[in-house]
Amino acid sequence: MCRLSKEKTTRITVNADTLRSEIRDKSVKVLDIRKEDDYKQGHIPGAINFPLSILLADDSPDKVLQYTESFGINDETSVVVYDDTFGALASRVAWTLQYIGHEDVSLLDITYGSWKKLGLETSLEVPSTSKKEHSIKLQPQILATADYLMPAKEKGAVLMDNRERLNFLENHIPGAINIPYRMLASSENILRPKDELKRMLQNRSILSDSEVITYCGSVGTLSGLGYYALKSIGIPNVKLYVRSFKEWKSLEKPIEKQQDANYWDLSAE
Amino acid sequence: MSKTSLSQSKPDNSPKPKIQWGRLEEAEKFAEMVKLFRQGKLSRDDLRRFRLQHGAYGSRMTDDYSMIRIKIPAGEVYPEQLEKIAELSESFSIGNAHVSTRQNFQLHWVALEDVSEVMRGLAEIGLTSREACGNSVRNVMCSPLAGVCSGEVFDPTPYALSTAKFLLRNVMNQSLPRKFKINYTCCEKHGMARIVDIGLIPKSEEINGKLQNGFKIFLGGGLGAQSFVGHQLEDFTPEEDVLYTIIAVIRVYDRMGNRENMARNRMRYLVNEFGWEKFQNIVLKERMMVKLTQSVVVKLDLDKTPEVLRKVSISSELPSPPQGLSRWIKSNTMKQKQQGYSTAFITLESGDITASQLRAVADMAQEFSAEGRVRTGFAQDIVFRWVRDEDLPKLYARLLEVGLANPGALTMASVVGCSGTTSCNLALTNSHRLAKEVQRKFLEMNLDEDDDLRDSTIKISGCPNSCGQHEIATIGFYGGGGRVGKDMYPLYTMLLGGRADENSMLGITTTKVPAKRVIPVILKVIEIFKSEKRSGETLNSWIDRVAGGNGTQKVKSINDIKELLKPVVAPPTVEQDMDFYVDYGNDGSYHARTGRGECAA
Repeated sequence: MCRLSKEKTTRITVNADTLRSEIRDKSVKVLDIRKEDDYKQGHIPGAINFPLSILLADDSPDKVLQYTESFGINDETSVVVYDDTFGALASRVAWTLQYIGHEDVSLLDITYGSWKKLGLETSLEVPSTSKKEHSIKLQPQILATADYLMPAKEKGAVLMDNRERLNFLENHIPGAINIPYRMLASSENILRPKDELKRMLQNRSILSDSEVITYCGSVGTLSGLGYYALKSIGIPNVKLYVRSFKEWKSLEKPIEKQQDANYWDLSAE
Repeated sequence: MSKTSLSQSKPDNSPKPKIQWGRLEEAEKFAEMVKLFRQGKLSRDDLRRFRLQHGAYGSRMTDDYSMIRIKIPAGEVYPEQLEKIAELSESFSIGNAHVSTRQNFQLHWVALEDVSEVMRGLAEIGLTSREACGNSVRNVMCSPLAGVCSGEVFDPTPYALSTAKFLLRNVMNQSLPRKFKINYTCCEKHGMARIVDIGLIPKSEEINGKLQNGFKIFLGGGLGAQSFVGHQLEDFTPEEDVLYTIIAVIRVYDRMGNRENMARNRMRYLVNEFGWEKFQNIVLKERMMVKLTQSVVVKLDLDKTPEVLRKVSISSELPSPPQGLSRWIKSNTMKQKQQGYSTAFITLESGDITASQLRAVADMAQEFSAEGRVRTGFAQDIVFRWVRDEDLPKLYARLLEVGLANPGALTMASVVGCSGTTSCNLALTNSHRLAKEVQRKFLEMNLDEDDDLRDSTIKISGCPNSCGQHEIATIGFYGGGGRVGKDMYPLYTMLLGGRADENSMLGITTTKVPAKRVIPVILKVIEIFKSEKRSGETLNSWIDRVAGGNGTQKVKSINDIKELLKPVVAPPTVEQDMDFYVDYGNDGSYHARTGRGECAA
């Protein structure tokens, strides 16, 4: 029994069938990270709407704790998060819950769009929630701050930028490598199969015991997905630089650019 | 228009690729080689040679990124392949793909470590980048109108495909002195048979009372720092001799081509050095040897299975013809030799297309084309064939929805621009963007509708090498740098009167044109032409006449055009016009910077 629950806490993603049976068993709380308007037009049955903008307005641990408790999530509750944006927004929320010490949180392995395309059940009903107590145990080992980055890099940490290639070429944190978020997904799932993700890291000679710090443009969404991609293949030491490149730039830290090439003009957009 | 009804009517009989060009193990090998290189166990030069053989160029100022060139033999590409290219471009490139002048798709700025992943994806849907770069036989081209062209004797597509099949991974083709290009065309008008190493045009001849298929074969043409028009090997090369001829030419080149001087090692220099008659003799003798020494009869393995046309049924009705339809039909479509069918060309800007547009093209190929696939063209474009005439308005409406309905594809507004400083090490100017700017200006001014300009072309290269094919354009440009005192500015050299049809001719160098004056100069040339032209004369034929020294009125020769352009091309000082000193797509002043070229590696 103990072993079972331990396994459960380490799952990174949940597939649709598992989630559906857990919803039927009422053994899970589901969070929908889309905008309120989208949520109102239909969502996974029982899902609570938690638009990312609400979290981003104040993501201090105390505030996150308040939200968590108001959703009726206690320390033991199994939580599944989904969105319709590649899983990136859901990742940011899942990571935030983990950061305040909630262990059992997973990502639905498909987007809401795919859920609907598969013809799975949706609901218009807004579930009622009753407040539960949740403890707070911050997990600083999954968070990276601006000051942490360069010293860690010097000690061998890998900085992983999850923005699109053109943005990366334009400017990035010195020495970062670029794994665009679209590279992490398969055509069906928000994350590629483990063997493919592992191979892509091996191609870059990134060892599984490396420390990896992910970042993206502004609020840690795309890099949140990067974080979970790495966790899904069992890399133990992964951190999210949650304030990401937006903060880095505002702190006027050094920036690297791919010089002397007009790569933007290759875009047909 | 109802989208749902369209998608409901989507036929599920979409054709599958017949030939598997790709191999998974080559992707695995590539990943291993990159790891060895990063571990310092493989030299940069050795990796470069290997990388090029597998279709990956270094990018501008860095070989940490690659441009992957995906070969599309004969330009035939299937819906599932387009979808895969879209997916690979989003995952590993910049979310855009590029159609090249040699019918390839190119993915730019792919991390060296991900090249193997792209190759893996390509192998899944039958494509390869092998021998797309490096010293090998490059993509075998075939006119996008082959099979539907009213001027063709027969469809050369099966010949192009089987030639590609015979040569890919063939040992005779792995280490040539330099790259080698083969083009098949449908007719004299629609191909580029005379500007490649081997160009082939279908021809049939009565032999012993029987009509036999064969080709007119042209050898030793090519564009570059020094360009040449190809020579016809013999009056008629019968079908069974085609492969022997190709083998013989490659063997002669392999044995006698220049391996020392990288600037002189294309086959055209060998032909030039020997003189045509001597080269011709050597090839004919070599062909005899090849025939005598092959242990079995070597023939092209032609797949002549007749094309089964799919039933296309589009149920949606258009409420009214969409705006711009007649302009688009006039400038982007051609009637096929098969009654009731048309071929439609998509206008791209410098060959660029987004991933979602590629997916839309894949869908439209299935919905609208009776052959269920598309071809890449010769002018950085994509071509739908076998579209029923009555479906053209609906196709246009769908193209409008995805931003692919620009007119001008078959007119002077379809400007070719090489990749220039967007990704190429050798480029001196942003020819890629300039081509887009010229095209936008043409469409804005409705110049695509001007019949006098229709058969003219504009082609732009970012350096004297000819990836943008500037020598065969009516108005061609290649990039360089100019200087006023200490201040540098991006500068092009303009050539006039080039063409690649049966009267193939290389453009005549006319004058230097600063990058920011290219558009005014083109418009000025058109203005001069309008005041000089005889009735019924097009820009193209007028320039031909002037180039031939038969000009009249004010413009007797090309030199007179140069004189008339002088006020337009005069450089201002930095104080007068700072923008003049900045190339397109840049915010700082211009400096000519290049890295090491890999074309010749």
